Amino acid sequence: MTDKKPNLDDFVPKAGEAKGPYSAGDFSADLDYSGDAAADGTTLDDIDTQPMYINIGPTHPATHGTFRVYCKLDGERIKKAAVDIGYLHRGFEKIVEHRKYNQVIPYTDRLNYCSGLVNNIGFCKAVERMLGIEVPERTQVIRVILMEIQRIMDHMICVGANIVDIGALTNFWYFFNAREKLNDVLEALTGARLTYSYTRVGGLAWDLPEDFRERVKAALEGIPKAIRDVTGLIKKNRIFLDRSRGVGVIDAEKALSFGWTGPCLRATGYPMDLRKVRPYYHYDQFSFDVPIGANGDVYDRVFVRIAEMEESLRIIYQAIDNVPGGPINVDNKDIVLPAKDEVHNTMEGLINHFKLVIEGVKPPPGRIYDSIEAPNGELGFYIISDGTGQPYRIKVRPPCFYLMNTLKYLIEGAMVADIVAILAGLNIIAGELDR
Amino acid sequence: MANSEQQKHDSLVERVSARLGARVLETDRSYGDLVFVVEKAAVHEVLSYLKNDEKFDLLLDIAGVDCVKLPEYRERFELEYILYATGKDHRVRVRVPVPEFALDVPTATDLWRAANWAEREAHEMFGFVFTGHPCLKRLITHQQFEGHPLRKDYPVMQGQWCATTSSLEEELEE
Amino acid sequence: MGMKTDTYTKNETGLITTRVDAMINWARKNSLWPLPFGTACCAIEFMSVVSSPFDISRFGAELVRFSPRQADLLLVAGTINYKLAPVLKRIYDQMPEPKYVISMGACASSGGFYDNYATVQGIEQIVPVDVFIPGCPPRPEAILDALLKIQKRIDREPSPKRGVDRRHELAEKPADE
Repeated sequence: MTDKKPNLDDFVPKAGEAKGPYSAGDFSADLDYSGDAAADGTTLDDIDTQPMYINIGPTHPATHGTFRVYCKLDGERIKKAAVDIGYLHRGFEKIVEHRKYNQVIPYTDRLNYCSGLVNNIGFCKAVERMLGIEVPERTQVIRVILMEIQRIMDHMICVGANIVDIGALTNFWYFFNAREKLNDVLEALTGARLTYSYTRVGGLAWDLPEDFRERVKAALEGIPKAIRDVTGLIKKNRIFLDRSRGVGVIDAEKALSFGWTGPCLRATGYPMDLRKVRPYYHYDQFSFDVPIGANGDVYDRVFVRIAEMEESLRIIYQAIDNVPGGPINVDNKDIVLPAKDEVHNTMEGLINHFKLVIEGVKPPPGRIYDSIEAPNGELGFYIISDGTGQPYRIKVRPPCFYLMNTLKYLIEGAMVADIVAILAGLNIIAGELDR
Repeated sequence: MANSEQQKHDSLVERVSARLGARVLETDRSYGDLVFVVEKAAVHEVLSYLKNDEKFDLLLDIAGVDCVKLPEYRERFELEYILYATGKDHRVRVRVPVPEFALDVPTATDLWRAANWAEREAHEMFGFVFTGHPCLKRLITHQQFEGHPLRKDYPVMQGQWCATTSSLEEELEE
Repeated sequence: MGMKTDTYTKNETGLITTRVDAMINWARKNSLWPLPFGTACCAIEFMSVVSSPFDISRFGAELVRFSPRQADLLLVAGTINYKLAPVLKRIYDQMPEPKYVISMGACASSGGFYDNYATVQGIEQIVPVDVFIPGCPPRPEAILDALLKIQKRIDREPSPKRGVDRRHELAEKPADE
């Protein structure tokens, strides 16, 4: 509950320490079976085997979304794999061309539905940059608090589901219980449980309630205990270590070539975090660290996320006591809806409201790309405006898409049971992957 | 911070115009970003210069655009490569106008492996054909889908039923 | 254990058979094994229903089974698009009778606000549905309410007839819930 710096030495293994029984060095499917020799020296090469083809998905246990991994197996090893996605393709990019900018916000909620507010904020940030406005200080700090709360919630789902797939079910309940308390706070603030749609272009939908600070602090009290419980169960657990150390190893250069960003890239040892490198919304004035892994395996990805949860706690405690006062929306009548008493009592307010609802916010014609550090990586929006109230084209840069691209190369050479551990460590959210 | 970003843009524009002057049709500096508009034949040369010499090691995204309803445009389609140099914290975009009846573009998978799926998606949504791509098939729409949905002449509500899930033999051997 | 004499099954109004029916229905309704066919955000809400405090195991439906051969309640949670439609149909066909389908959320019931080229506008076009739950996503209490409605529907089932789809019989009876 205090502002204690987490002891990252506990989390981060020393470099070079974790080499599993097989390390996917250069992703060659040239398998070396010499380590698997039986007592009389025969290996799988001596047996005349035929490959078996299995299908994993699209109906999964309801934690990771729908996609399909098609594997060609030789025994328990995967010789070749193919990944099929698109089972949750909802046509986001086509349908937003027929909506106004503020109507796009609920669609962005459903991209990475575990952290809906982050998507809202990313989209509004891009549109606001296009409009050339800057939101007031109060809104910036509130957005930082909400993003960090969502980061904690997203990491809880990811790590919880990851460990469930490895076999430990108890941690899921610890994390979900703590997450429910945070969700209650956000539900009291926004009115919805999962798809918040709280931001608007130019600010927020409405202001914080008066007891928000107390509610957030009460909800955050249970989180350090949940993190301690979970790490206590898995940190020295033989089964967890065997299933996650040395599994799904990738080095930083290959990860960058594949387009990785976010905690998975930081787990390979590369210190890339948009909040530090290109700070926005006063992130450079908060003191927090960026946890980095050593080996780039599943163990590192899990513990980088857990350490990031602690860092987010630090940021929230610094921010929640220092929320500045003032307005929450930009003072521009072409962007923000007028107050209700103006709408009902004055003619100008009525016409302003009417025009904003019917025609929408109209950014000048142009193109922009803007991104934020979402819990999963760099979430970017490339928006083209033609001057009307409807966007001409919105392209989402989903972090999971590039992580999923790599899955084929990560699992070739591994065993079937590792597919689950690797997949869960990448935190694939199908809503963002397929849009 | 904004000044240093503009300085990085300026120095990059100098180096690129010194090295590849004729290849770059235009540089766009709106909203503080830097965009190079490059003709289709020179795309691979410009991208490999940016990756190898200027150290743009992260390909963030490849966005396809159908410009037919914009007030002014060069060709009907455009491809936009969004690049980021992690060492220098520098972000740059490369825009390539692609004519409607010559949709072949050289692939970028030999430079960044991230381009693999990004190009597949641009292919199925708009129809670009990336020459040299290892496996250019549909990715997020189903294999029996006909047409390119993100083009402006594809009606938004026209769904197409899918009867079977596809076998993935081709992707397996990729 | 509400015992009702089912008057529309005119051939089987004996005392013993209705008691046996009631007992079978009681056992069935309190031990539903759901198959969460979760695709999108509604799947996360279903995960919340399974956790505390909205515990679904109070109603007996705790044992989620991801194999269709072992499940009897198909809970379609999330958007179904045209690529996933044959998969959904196949999973539904693989489930043994008696089976029930809950369509959870706006996207599964009607396509939601994704009225475009990719989304099936309602899973009724593919599988027959017993209960629709509106909401985007529905509250966990709404999911529990749907489960109670399925339990009421199971209560009204006559003694099992082999291989006959009794949905049209159940539909004709006026709603008394």
